[in-house]
Amino acid sequence: MTTTDIMTIATRPRVENRPIRRILGRPETGALVAALAVMIFFSVYTTTFLTLPGAGVWLESASTFGIMAVAVALLMIGGEFDLSAGVMTGFTALVVGILTTQFGVNIWVAAIVSLAVALAIGALNGYVVMRTGLPSFIVTLGTFFVLAGADLAVTKLLTGQVAIQGMTKVPFYDSIAAFFGSSLTIGGGVFYISVVWWIVVTIIATWVLLRTRAGNWIFAVGGALNSSRQVGVPVMKTKVGLFMTTSGAAWLVGMISLFRTSTVQANTGVGQEFIYIICAVVGGCLLTGGYGSAVGAALGALIYGMVFQGITFAQWDTNWLRTVLGGMLLLAVFLNHWVRRRATGGSR
Amino acid sequence: MKRLFTGIGIVAVAGILLTACSGTGQATNSANPNGAKYTYAVITHSGPGDAFWDRVKSGAEAAGSNYGATITYNADPDPAKQSQLIDNAVAQKVNGIVVSMANPEGLKTSIKAAVAAGIPVVTINSGIEESAAYGAITHIGQSETVAGQAVGNKLNDSSLNNVLCVIQEAGNVGLEQRCKAATSTFKGTMTNLQVDGTNDSEVKATIKSKLQADPSIDGVLTLGGQYALDAVGGVSESNSTAKVATFDLSEDVVADVQAGTILFAVDQQPYVQGFLGVTALFLDSTNGNIIGGGQPVYSGPAFVTKDNAAQVAQFAKNGTR
Repeated sequence: MTTTDIMTIATRPRVENRPIRRILGRPETGALVAALAVMIFFSVYTTTFLTLPGAGVWLESASTFGIMAVAVALLMIGGEFDLSAGVMTGFTALVVGILTTQFGVNIWVAAIVSLAVALAIGALNGYVVMRTGLPSFIVTLGTFFVLAGADLAVTKLLTGQVAIQGMTKVPFYDSIAAFFGSSLTIGGGVFYISVVWWIVVTIIATWVLLRTRAGNWIFAVGGALNSSRQVGVPVMKTKVGLFMTTSGAAWLVGMISLFRTSTVQANTGVGQEFIYIICAVVGGCLLTGGYGSAVGAALGALIYGMVFQGITFAQWDTNWLRTVLGGMLLLAVFLNHWVRRRATGGSR
Repeated sequence: MKRLFTGIGIVAVAGILLTACSGTGQATNSANPNGAKYTYAVITHSGPGDAFWDRVKSGAEAAGSNYGATITYNADPDPAKQSQLIDNAVAQKVNGIVVSMANPEGLKTSIKAAVAAGIPVVTINSGIEESAAYGAITHIGQSETVAGQAVGNKLNDSSLNNVLCVIQEAGNVGLEQRCKAATSTFKGTMTNLQVDGTNDSEVKATIKSKLQADPSIDGVLTLGGQYALDAVGGVSESNSTAKVATFDLSEDVVADVQAGTILFAVDQQPYVQGFLGVTALFLDSTNGNIIGGGQPVYSGPAFVTKDNAAQVAQFAKNGTR
């Protein structure tokens, strides 16, 4: 039971005694209902949405958002934000692109170097936030701008261009692309391996949250920072670890994006960080921390991917795309909120 | 309890609306199974609210309504997402795809998949070099190199010496090419200036401070119509005497060319790219014709100067030039 950590003793028995309430009280229930609603809507409204080729498209669209949303959800449960998460996906891919195409570094080594750099930046984010006590919103906003500028400046300086070109000619490209960019065709539908990564990341995150000591620490530091420090939770370690998890996930998404398209632009990922947060919130995370779920965030990303591609399948005028998207997301959040309040908040 | 009933009411109404909608959705979709009507997807790398791409869209839609074809327009500047939009069109089994390739390598897999699925592809705007290799039937656009070189010469004619080349979108290979090509024929010095194209007031401020920092700058070359207006503002606010020239048009740019505040504008005729892109697919669908026989078809450059601005102004007012 994920939510027991922040529940008062008085409410706990009541919830646990009613199985339906227990299910409804889980953070991901609202997102699951909303996801089903969106899926049914587009399946009925369009002819291609619920075919294998259609599903391949919206699953791929959801997968990279999903990986990040799960990591960002863990971080948000732990009470922090990471606004550099979006630009980090471009940054990690650019590191690999530049090291291989400009300096001839082995592509596997370059990928590992990129991961190390990403983890270091994540650790730095966490360390600065914890040491200074500044809001992570501000600290990571700074990192976001530093990285966005560096992406453009360094790429231009070293390659003379603003996008990595010629990745496919790098030796051993195919050997690594198989792990991040390969796809499987089933019944005319193309399914990318990123979907597998998405599922794996969600399972691992769920297991950590619900079955390990680290999971309890995450809920504790996000729900009640001072109390958890007093009872001996390693606050610094937990939070730094969460920031590193986020930047590690950004590396994974960066690799997926790089080897899916064999190119990366200096502006890749900029602005995506809010979508990750939206997915996590749709999935039941609270902006205040201490509550949420990895499965919920994955479902939030699924909703986003389905709406995003569903609008295209529906052949609506895409000038309205963002408006429709915003409206659907608000609806999802309302539904989610309503379901949860029905479950935990009495009869109102 | 009251809220619960309101909630149920909303869900019920929404349910009825959805059922009603699904009826029409089925009807339009089943209207064109036997090839009487065509559906073409136009997928560009535009960001939201871009004036240039709105003209491409207008052109494509005008052609679509002329030919009785359905046009769906989608855009995303991120190549991974643009690829997904292409995959989406393939999944819908459209009759043809018009695509712009700002970063061709990023779209390669998806475009080749579309071609392999038997869907004819026409590339427009950028990606002229890769178009044929990826299996597109033709390319309609302006060679950035040819246009850039022509601009460099035109700047020489106006005897300018120190020109800024304003790049509004980081990561767009085509924009970089324009500046590079203009630099190659321009006899003076040309410096690139990177600005945030999604924020016009910041573009103006950046140009203004650059002009104040270096009074010897006597020309500003912008790469999009709306940025020329920012540059004109920046020039007047910094009391500089720099002349503004620009790629691409808008109604205001034409007015400024008429008034003499903008020296000239290079029109790559986006409306033509949208219109001809769809036309190329339509001719292929109905008559097996390939415009240009597989060779790229140039939509520009056409120069708008004080001499012909009045004529162009009429069309710019309609949002088609």
